[in-house]
Amino acid sequence: MQLKSRHLLGLDGVSREEIGAIMDTAFSFKKVLKRPIPKVPTLRGKTIVNLFYEASTRTRFSFELAEKRLSADTLNFSTSSSSVLKGETLKDTIRNIEAMKIDFVVMRHGASGAPHFLARCIDASVVNAGDGIHEHPTQALLDMMTIQERLGKIKGLQVVIVGDILHSRVARSNIFGLKTLGACVGVCGPATLIPREVESLGVTVYPHIEDALAEADVLNVLRIQLERQKGGLLPSTREYRQLFGITRQRLEQTNRKVTILHPGPINRGVEIDTDVADGPFSVILDQVTNGVAVRMSVLYLLAGGKGKFEGEGNE
Amino acid sequence: MNSQNQNKAAKESSLCLKGGRLVGAGDKDQQADIWIRDGVIQGIGEAPCDFKGRNIDCRGKIIIPGLFDMHVHLREPGFEDKETIQSGADAAMAGGFTGLACMPNTQPVIDNRAQIEFIRRQARDHIVDVHPIGAVSKGLNGKELTEMGDMAGAGAVAFSDDGKPVERSGLLKNALEYSRMLGRPVIDHCEDLTLSESGGMNEGAESTRLGLKGIPSISEDVMVARDLLVAEYTDGPLHIAHVSTAGSVRLIREAKARGVKVTAETCPHYLVLTEEAVREYNTRAKMKPPLRTEKDRKALVQGIQDGTLDVIATDHAPHTIDDKDTEFDSAAFGIIGLETALGVILTRLVQEKIIDIRQLVEKMSLNPRRILGLDLPGFKKGLKANFTVLDPEKPWVVNANEFLSRARNTPFNGWKLNGKAVGVVNGTGIWWNG
Repeated sequence: MQLKSRHLLGLDGVSREEIGAIMDTAFSFKKVLKRPIPKVPTLRGKTIVNLFYEASTRTRFSFELAEKRLSADTLNFSTSSSSVLKGETLKDTIRNIEAMKIDFVVMRHGASGAPHFLARCIDASVVNAGDGIHEHPTQALLDMMTIQERLGKIKGLQVVIVGDILHSRVARSNIFGLKTLGACVGVCGPATLIPREVESLGVTVYPHIEDALAEADVLNVLRIQLERQKGGLLPSTREYRQLFGITRQRLEQTNRKVTILHPGPINRGVEIDTDVADGPFSVILDQVTNGVAVRMSVLYLLAGGKGKFEGEGNE
Repeated sequence: MNSQNQNKAAKESSLCLKGGRLVGAGDKDQQADIWIRDGVIQGIGEAPCDFKGRNIDCRGKIIIPGLFDMHVHLREPGFEDKETIQSGADAAMAGGFTGLACMPNTQPVIDNRAQIEFIRRQARDHIVDVHPIGAVSKGLNGKELTEMGDMAGAGAVAFSDDGKPVERSGLLKNALEYSRMLGRPVIDHCEDLTLSESGGMNEGAESTRLGLKGIPSISEDVMVARDLLVAEYTDGPLHIAHVSTAGSVRLIREAKARGVKVTAETCPHYLVLTEEAVREYNTRAKMKPPLRTEKDRKALVQGIQDGTLDVIATDHAPHTIDDKDTEFDSAAFGIIGLETALGVILTRLVQEKIIDIRQLVEKMSLNPRRILGLDLPGFKKGLKANFTVLDPEKPWVVNANEFLSRARNTPFNGWKLNGKAVGVVNGTGIWWNG
């Protein structure tokens, strides 16, 4: 099937069938990535701009690699918010990019809704690589692909997202996507970092990590940013670890095989301990591998690709 | 009659409005002619057959005391790219207003006699009466009181640091004591900045879904509660600007019942829109305080009905296209309202029988003038002519590109409304677009 929209701005409103198509296609691209020459000519002649207004290493590399594996021409436009403060508005940047006649913009921006604004302004397809505290759809897609790969299903699973839900675009995209695929989704974290009326998104709030661990099949552990302490939302990262840190001891008390995800980068010893992050239940590195396949899948389908990618042979 | 430019007012020394339905304070409605010479009402009833002058057929129209908007940002001096005194007053005229009060958060701030005189001089010849509001604190610094007495003497009708709250309770106490002596109200923008922080919309289900930082309703309620306590203690004349929450309505209602000297306003957008208007990151629905929930909206409507809220004002806040055509977090707060207020209120409140036209006159014409200590217009021989003529059910579609305001930042663009002003008369000035 083809995607309904020519953009991927978020998973809010994306159907089960579309998410299914993206994941199926991603699995077939994962096979391509295991070939001796892991490259296909699918997007040859297409131009993709990676427009990153926020620092990013893994997401940008992952997109770039996906684009190269699809044989697209890529341009990287990284800018710090300081150069934006110097005067160039987002609108001006967008006009410049549009004049270059490109096919895709992959955008990371600190303001929620910035890619939606971009999508209203240009003809190219827009892929949201993270907007403010709103959505990060390809991250959620790769998370779901990783869960599917490890546990063979998503429907009916109990997935708990742990940490700073308020400021997390990963959390929102996971909530929207997982709910659409029929998972039960919980959130767990300090009350100051749980967004108001989050239950309206159809999730359960776990005030204590022990309750979450007693029920979860999957934990998606979010990075705790040190800024939150300065903002008065957390007394200390030390106390965070005491109350919510994913430690081996806590995992052992549950007697359950809980699959552990983390979108990275990890603060070892804060939200998760090293022996858990590197332990047998962790799928953190699978997430990184799957990220490339998912982004290839998204770009392929947005470019008009239909259904499963069956491979176009090696070059 | 339509030959004159619909964007310009004219002068008329002798004028007769024929056969309109007159709705004013207290009086029974009547259908009558009003004839006017040199800006003064000569009579009401059946115009003398020897009347010479311009006759305007007002049959089917409603004539009310001229509308007054007590919360307008004209942006001049300092932000003339957004609006000027001329363009803002023109917009008021086209929206059916004969008077307005403008906020002092300009550059420089309207915080001394010279600035008050500047505003009045710029607006002197306009058909719309422009009344400046002086700042409470010098340069809106939130610390030192301005020369409120000197400004009142020069024509300041009220004092406000609008755009910002009067944060220090001590300053508010002094301002209310001092303004009580002057007989002018202090208008407060109630916002606890430590609660609203960098929020851009109401905090709740919608902000959670959109990933936008929220402004909790308590950021307003907390400040309203404090203001009411300070007003009660000082017995100073407090007016609360742009009420947006159910909590504020409840607090004001309770305070009024206790006899606290307080008045309050809300705006058309809080009466007809909710936070849902922000979906798709619509920066034309971004303002402070933010659009709230349906529960708040209903409480505001009730507050208008039961008199807890005295005034409907627009908080006309012009911005350039660039200020608004950007990512939501960076977009300026505020929307314009002068040219849509009457149509929105007629369509959504009067025609829905939530208020009647007489209440509209109270909230949009008489109460604001009462609060600011200005003469009340009416239908009586010897009074200065000051009317708005409405075509109460005329269908029209809001087209921001036709606004006389320099700004286009309205959430109502494209709305189908019924009822608008077709004319205003103020002294010898007349604008007619019938």
